[in-house]
Amino acid sequence: MSTLERSPNVETGPGARPRAGLVVGLALLVIGLVVVCFFSITLGARGVGPATILKAFLDFDPNSASETVIREIRVPRTLIGIFAGAALGLSGAILQGVTRNPLADPGIMGINAGAAAFIVFGIMVLGAQSVGLYVWLAFAGAGFATVVVYGIASFGREGATPIKLALAGAAVTAVLTSITSAIIMTHVDALNELRFWQVGSLAGRYFPVLAQTAPFIVVGIVLALGTGRALNGLALGDDLAVALGQRVRLTRVMMFVVVAVLCGAATAACGPIVFVGLVVPHVARMLCGPDYRWILPYSMLLTPMALLIADIIGRVVVSPGELQVGVVLGVVGAPAFIALVRYRNLAEL
Amino acid sequence: MTELLDTPTRVGTGRGARNRRAYLMTAMLAAGAFALFVLTMMVGSYSVSAPDVIASVLHLRENPSVDFIVRDLRLPTAVAGLAVGIALGISGLLFQRLLGNPLASPDFVGISSGASLFAVSAIVLLNAGSTFVSGSALLGALVSSIMIYLLAWRDGITGYRFILIGIGVSQLMMSLVGYIVSHASIHEAREAMTWLVGSVGQAGSGELRTLVVALVILLPLILALERPLRVLELGDDTAKALGARVELCRLALLAVSIVLVGFAVAVAGPIMFVALIAAPIAQRLVGRGAGCVAAAGCVGAIITLGADLVSHQVLPVDLPTGVITGLIGAPYLIWLLVTVNKEGRGG
Repeated sequence: MSTLERSPNVETGPGARPRAGLVVGLALLVIGLVVVCFFSITLGARGVGPATILKAFLDFDPNSASETVIREIRVPRTLIGIFAGAALGLSGAILQGVTRNPLADPGIMGINAGAAAFIVFGIMVLGAQSVGLYVWLAFAGAGFATVVVYGIASFGREGATPIKLALAGAAVTAVLTSITSAIIMTHVDALNELRFWQVGSLAGRYFPVLAQTAPFIVVGIVLALGTGRALNGLALGDDLAVALGQRVRLTRVMMFVVVAVLCGAATAACGPIVFVGLVVPHVARMLCGPDYRWILPYSMLLTPMALLIADIIGRVVVSPGELQVGVVLGVVGAPAFIALVRYRNLAEL
Repeated sequence: MTELLDTPTRVGTGRGARNRRAYLMTAMLAAGAFALFVLTMMVGSYSVSAPDVIASVLHLRENPSVDFIVRDLRLPTAVAGLAVGIALGISGLLFQRLLGNPLASPDFVGISSGASLFAVSAIVLLNAGSTFVSGSALLGALVSSIMIYLLAWRDGITGYRFILIGIGVSQLMMSLVGYIVSHASIHEAREAMTWLVGSVGQAGSGELRTLVVALVILLPLILALERPLRVLELGDDTAKALGARVELCRLALLAVSIVLVGFAVAVAGPIMFVALIAAPIAQRLVGRGAGCVAAAGCVGAIITLGADLVSHQVLPVDLPTGVITGLIGAPYLIWLLVTVNKEGRGG
């Protein structure tokens, strides 16, 4: 009996890390995220110092351009980065756990493309105008794409293997893209608006977007952080998970709902962003071992850091213009993806 | 004893019947493609009868107004549809057979997206004319496929790694395309978007001639390579045991199909799904034996010409060909994915 009670503290299995180290690591990540946020607010076409930031919030002067920039642009942008990053990282980690597939990612699986296609369809065909409606369309699209891609890929004996999932994702993305293009080609003015959003960017949409998407993301994050134990069960295989008393089918459905909410909200906030949800959970796994109760919070902190750093790079490299964060992540993420395919045994999860 | 002696002849007659059926089917597909080819030149705001079209194309009769419409206005589109369809159909078949996966068509594994990136860069950054755009599309197809081949190389190529790395490369290319489009002026962006969807009508005469010449040269080569292709499908070890030079054959077949895709994309842009769906349809009609390559080419031509006809004659709005093939391809693709995975050939 006493051994059973102690069992949560006893680390077992390969790759498990001592608990104290994991907590310290988490604290370091929080500090790192704060530092990145600070740079995200200060760096840019108009450099501002820490004093100006403090002044912007404690003693706001509407006539000061720097303070207005901070309040109206930099801070909301950074917040969007944090929320969207956390959402993408968590959904990537959950997808990899649920599908037991190292290449599962909201971008590769076409979930972001689904959300994007539904938003375009809503704007162009149904005449949706409010950001509030975008979010619901994005949820619907993300959910639709998740169900279709995973459904298609899991036909057959071996279930959803990495290659089937990737191909189904690529195929569904292609279908959705061709529908999106058909709509865009017939509405010329729409092209001008959508081509910016389609790349994936933190720029241009601030407080209204934040207000509409943040509540959903917060709910999604809370739900997602609670799934660690269930994911650990699923990692043992369906049979063992059932034997341990899990209701596997119900768990899967719940997790896909959480993923759809997180991905949909993130896509509504900053457009389809690929690779970050794929690579960061692997980094998290390298840092903290195979326990999803730790992988989830690590991914949640690491992904916003990656997203904000990519955003800062995009702003600094081609200043005074900017590279969208989706482009930076595409360029940085593709080699990481390729390395993953080349050097990891893909049956590992 | 007599029974034993009989068997070879019986196998022989069985194969003969299968081959006859395959040849008959291929001939019918070719006739279908030809009929659509002629039909493309007949219909439009001024319709021309089939004999007139054929007479005009073959220079049998002189009739200036009909000649102008048929030879100058409609013939380039029709030839482009035919040639692009054949090229995409064949290269799709070769890719799917070589990589051992019915979903591994050049549109998904990064070849077309490499061509797109280079072509869009040429349109937006260099303000290039159509010949240069097509040249860069070809270059892009080559660069991305070499990149994928080298990255997927680890003691040889497996279809599995090639496909996954191709998908990664394709995502990279598409994010760069998005960046370029978002930084262009609205007119260039529209031009680039139109090009990206793909349309048979946008062919320039120079690129078209290149594609036709390439097809004429490469078709006999492909037909000659059909036997090594079937040996390769038995698996690398068996193929080696049978005396095939595995890597050389695979490289030659890949090179041929990449060149075909590159030229086709150069002519008409990355038209989606033709390469993907032509080969499975052809295999269903003809069987996996002899003549499948020719059949796949004919099916590709039928799809491309048909989509072009639908987009210009049936629909009220003039849409690019790629949108139509996308809409035809989508439900078929889903069905294909499901059946392929059910049979356990999805990977």
